Amino acid sequence: MPAPDVQTTADIRAAMADGATAVEICSIYLARVAAENDAIHAFTHVAGEQALEDAAAVDASGQGRDAAFPLAGVPIAIKDNISTRGMPTTASSRILAGFVPPYDATVIERLRAAGAVIIGKTNCDEFAMGSTTEHSVSGPTRNPWDLSRVPGGSSGGSAAAVAARLSPIALGSDTGGSIRQPAAFCGIVGLKPTYGRVSRYGLLAFASSLDQIGPFALTVADVAVLLAAIAGPDPADATSSAEKVPSFPASLGEPVAHPTIGVPWKLLEDGVDADVSTAFTTAIDILRSQGATIVDVPLPHAVYAVPTYYVVAPAEASSNLARYDGVRFGFRAPAGPNRSDLDTMYNLTRDTGFGDEVKRRIMLGTYALSAGYYDAYYVKAQQVRTLIRRDYDTAFERVDAVAMPTTPTVAFGLGERSADPLRMYAGDVFTVSANLTGLPALSVPGGRDPSGLPVGLQFVGRAFDEATLLRLAANYERDAPCWREFPPTAALASGIPDPTR
Amino acid sequence: MPTRLTPADVERIAALAHLELTASETERFTRQLGDILTYFDQLQHIDTTGVPATTNPVTSAPVMREDTPTPSLPRDEALANAPDPGGHGLFRVPKVIG
Repeated sequence: MPAPDVQTTADIRAAMADGATAVEICSIYLARVAAENDAIHAFTHVAGEQALEDAAAVDASGQGRDAAFPLAGVPIAIKDNISTRGMPTTASSRILAGFVPPYDATVIERLRAAGAVIIGKTNCDEFAMGSTTEHSVSGPTRNPWDLSRVPGGSSGGSAAAVAARLSPIALGSDTGGSIRQPAAFCGIVGLKPTYGRVSRYGLLAFASSLDQIGPFALTVADVAVLLAAIAGPDPADATSSAEKVPSFPASLGEPVAHPTIGVPWKLLEDGVDADVSTAFTTAIDILRSQGATIVDVPLPHAVYAVPTYYVVAPAEASSNLARYDGVRFGFRAPAGPNRSDLDTMYNLTRDTGFGDEVKRRIMLGTYALSAGYYDAYYVKAQQVRTLIRRDYDTAFERVDAVAMPTTPTVAFGLGERSADPLRMYAGDVFTVSANLTGLPALSVPGGRDPSGLPVGLQFVGRAFDEATLLRLAANYERDAPCWREFPPTAALASGIPDPTR
Repeated sequence: MPTRLTPADVERIAALAHLELTASETERFTRQLGDILTYFDQLQHIDTTGVPATTNPVTSAPVMREDTPTPSLPRDEALANAPDPGGHGLFRVPKVIG
C-alpha cells in the first residue's frame, strides 16, 4: 500500500511510480470520503464500485506510469451540474431528481480518456445559482475550516472536497464567481478559464454567455494539469474557441519576468472587510518583493458589475430553465384536485421542483425580458457590459494582470445571508466582471484572517492568457505556500501528518 | 423607471414563467424582487449613448461545419428519464384539449 498522505496529483503519480496502483489510490480517497462526508456533505453521490472499476481499468492500461497521461489514476470530483453518463446529475435540484444522463459532457469524455477516475458528484447551489451551497435540495455543504460556516458557492461541494483532501482535484462551473469564491473560502486554487476555452457541452446551462467549466486543486500546478486535460475546441459547442491551447504545465517553470500588475484601489475602498484588506496588502507586498511593479488601474465601471450581472444572468437563466417542464426528464408534480390539464402540470412541477433562489432569478429574468422593460433593463445591462470590458481592455494596455481580493469577506456563517438575496449578491462584486467580459480569472490562497480562515487572492488576465495567470500564481504560491496547512477536519481520517501541530 | 412592484405584477411574471406561486410566495417575492429592481435603478444613471450591447464575449467569427449526418440518441435512451414514457415510444403528457 502507498503511504496514506497523498494530497496532490504529483504525490499520487509519485506513489504510482513507486508501485502503488490506481485502485489503492482510489481506495484511500473513498475511505476519506466515507469518514468525513457526513460532516462536510461535499458529495451528493459517491461512485464507489464504479470508481474502483475505472481505477482497475487504468491499472490494466499501464497509463498510470505513462508521462503522456498525467491524470491517469488520479481521482476527481465532479460538480453535479456536469453530465456524467450513467451517474446521477441533478444540479442539486428537485426538478432533476433521479436524472441519469445518457451521455458524458465533453470535459468528462476528455477526463476519462486521460485516465482520471471520477469518484463522485458534488453538492452545489441549485442550478449553480448562489454563493453558499445552501440552496441545494440535499442540504448545505459545510466549510472544512469551520463546519459552522459556508464553503462558498455555487461549486461549494467541489471546493470543500479538495480542501478536505477528499479528492485531489475537482471540476466546478463559474457563471459569476462560482469556482473562484468557494476556492477562496476553502483555501484552495480555482480557475475560471476564458469564455470558450473549455467546452460547455453537457454542462446544465444557467447563463450561456457567462458559464465556464474550470478546475479546482490544492496547487497551481495541479490546476494547470487539469486545465490542459479539458481545454480546447469542441464541435459540440459552437462557442468553444479554436484558439491554440498552450502547454499550461510546461509554462509554469518560467516565472513572468518583472510583471506589471494592476490593482483597482478605488474599487477596494468600500465594503472590503479589514482582515481581507490586510491579507491583500500583504499579498501585494509579496508580489512586489518578487519583482512585480504594482500600478493603479481605475476600472470605473466595475462598481456596476453586480447589478449588470443580476440583470444578464437571470435573463439568460429564465430562457435556459424553460426546458424543465416535467415532460422529458426529472420530476413531475402530481395533478391537482380537479386540475389535470397540461398547463397546471407545468406550473405545479416548476413551482414545487425549483427552490426559492431559482424561482427568484427566473422571475427577475422574465421581467427584464418582458415587453416594456427589455430596453430599460436587458439592453441597458448589455451596454454597461461593453463599458466594463472596455475598462479591462484599457487596463491591459499596460498591465499583465489585474489583482484584487476574490471576495470582500472570508467565509460567513451558515444561514447568515440566505434571507437577504441582495446582501448575498453584493459579495460577488470582485468576481462577476470576469464572466461579463469573458476574461480568465484565478483565485489562489492569499493568506489567512486572524482566526485562521482562508482569504483568496484573485488575478484576472487577458483573453486566452491563462498561462500568465498560472505563472503569476505559481510564483506567488512558492513564497506563500498556504495550501500546505490544511483544515482540522481533513486530518481526522486521512492520517496526513499535520505540519502545524 | 417602473413604479413599485405589486403582487399582481409578480403573479403576471410568474404566469409568464410557468410558475404557480402560493400566496406566501407571492408576498415574499413581491418584496424581494421589488428590492432587487430598485437596486438595478443605478444602471440608469450611466451614460450609454452610442454604446453597443455585448450579448456574449465571443470575438471570433462563427466556425461552420459540414452538415454530415451522425448517429443521434437512441429512442429508448432518450425516453429513459421521462416521468411518463407512456409505453409507445412517446412522452405522455396530461390532456391538452378538453
